[in-house]
Amino acid sequence: MKPSRALVLALQILFGVALLVAWHFAANIRVGSATLKFFLSAPLDVFWRVVKLFSEGEIWGHMWITFQETVYAFVLGSVAGVLCGFALARNPLAAAVADPYLKAANALPRVVLAPIFMLWLGLGVWSKVALGFSLVFFIVFFNVFQGVREVPATILANARMLGFNERQLFRHVYWPAALTWMFSSLHTSVGFALVGAVVGEYLGSAAGLGYLIHQAEGVLDTTGVFAGMAILTAFVLIIDALVTVIERRLLVWQPQGAQTTT
Amino acid sequence: MTPETGRAPAVSLRGVSIAYRVGDGARYEAVRPVDLDVPDQSFVAIVGPTGCGKSTLLNAAAGLIAPSSGSVSIFGEPLAGVNRRAGYLFQLDALMPWKTAIDNVAVALEPMGVRRGEARERAHAMLKRVGLASFADRYPHMLSGGQKKRVALAQTLIRDPKILLMDEPFGPLDAQTRVIMGNLLLELWATDRKAVLFITHDLDEAIALADRVIVMAAGPRSHFVGDFRIDLPRPRDIAEVRHDKRFFDLHRDIWAALRDEVSRAYAQADGVAA
Repeated sequence: MKPSRALVLALQILFGVALLVAWHFAANIRVGSATLKFFLSAPLDVFWRVVKLFSEGEIWGHMWITFQETVYAFVLGSVAGVLCGFALARNPLAAAVADPYLKAANALPRVVLAPIFMLWLGLGVWSKVALGFSLVFFIVFFNVFQGVREVPATILANARMLGFNERQLFRHVYWPAALTWMFSSLHTSVGFALVGAVVGEYLGSAAGLGYLIHQAEGVLDTTGVFAGMAILTAFVLIIDALVTVIERRLLVWQPQGAQTTT
Repeated sequence: MTPETGRAPAVSLRGVSIAYRVGDGARYEAVRPVDLDVPDQSFVAIVGPTGCGKSTLLNAAAGLIAPSSGSVSIFGEPLAGVNRRAGYLFQLDALMPWKTAIDNVAVALEPMGVRRGEARERAHAMLKRVGLASFADRYPHMLSGGQKKRVALAQTLIRDPKILLMDEPFGPLDAQTRVIMGNLLLELWATDRKAVLFITHDLDEAIALADRVIVMAAGPRSHFVGDFRIDLPRPRDIAEVRHDKRFFDLHRDIWAALRDEVSRAYAQADGVAA
């Protein structure tokens, strides 16, 4: 039997509270003349730090920077991924030639590129965008490439029988198919855009949520680190919820995206 | 073919054979040279066991594949490329899943240069004719198998092709829906009698719908082994006509020809599997 929603919710809250309580007591364990707070911080301290960050208003600027970097990386990476995926899917020779290079580029852990991007683009927003771009591009690229090549043969044959020319074929068949695959990877690619932004900030920057966490770590401020992590987590969840809303609207024609009405 | 013999048939296959190169470079001849005429306004059905190459033959008439030998002519003109005068109803889903029913139908008019507004109006009228007016704004996944076939039928018919090519279009549907779709097809066909080439493995369906039933041999090197005129009166009701004495006799005769081919097809399939 499927557990009821109320029961699941109650247990979820209970679990969360239990974790916080355990954290609270663990943090207050005395070791000699001090407590473990130096290593673990404490839930209430973190809470008040978050409140303080928001009430002082400094946090908004950092969030805005990270948000900007995420959006730029996502948009640019997606556009480039769709265009390249499309071009190569329709051009088997180019695809065959590019194949080993794309595989090699994708095999490289992108984090190691961060210092290079900083060298090229400076410590500002664009080096983070470049890192996010390098992550998003490949996800979208491979999805679109696959999607365009796997348009069902019957749909293509039907389009030919209906007399579609190349332009109509592109507009009514290939383009929607490519977009579908791009949207199906939306959560992943937005997630990676954010990873690029935060990791980039963490490795070298003057603003953003990653910078905030890095700064706190630099001065052994565990409370600051946890507060930054809490804000970052909430930030990611909100963006993910936004993506879900957009996805529902765009993929209304897909079985899982819509509810049948009678 | 020639002017003195009257109008050229809608579809004419002359010595058409279909062969493939298979994996090891060997030649697999699916259909050996056949001749077939589908006169204008007539309904011809081809029945044959699975894998006999009947769909392949239809694709040659559609211009989707080029025959290995022989020629295809459409109303007397040799076919080059896709057959522009034919509408094709596929066995599998051919609707664009990202378009609503009405958009799927309306888009078929775009290659003909019809304006968007007018195309939608005509698509709506066409959906009404196939009994789907109230489902115009649904996406294919929200429609049942039979409803999707109706949309596909509307999409094909809205271009008003002179020839209808149908590849087991009602194959995936349940028995009741097939009867309803068969009757709808006959009803629509009666209004403007296009030339129809209908592929099926269901002999009952072939006899109930067609003017002529052609039996195909089991592949490879498939060919025609029987050609029967169906003289049942029209208009027909697919479900009713099956109780007709004449239907029964035709069925017995055609089945006698088909039965051997079906068992040969199965024997070969078993041989391959063993």
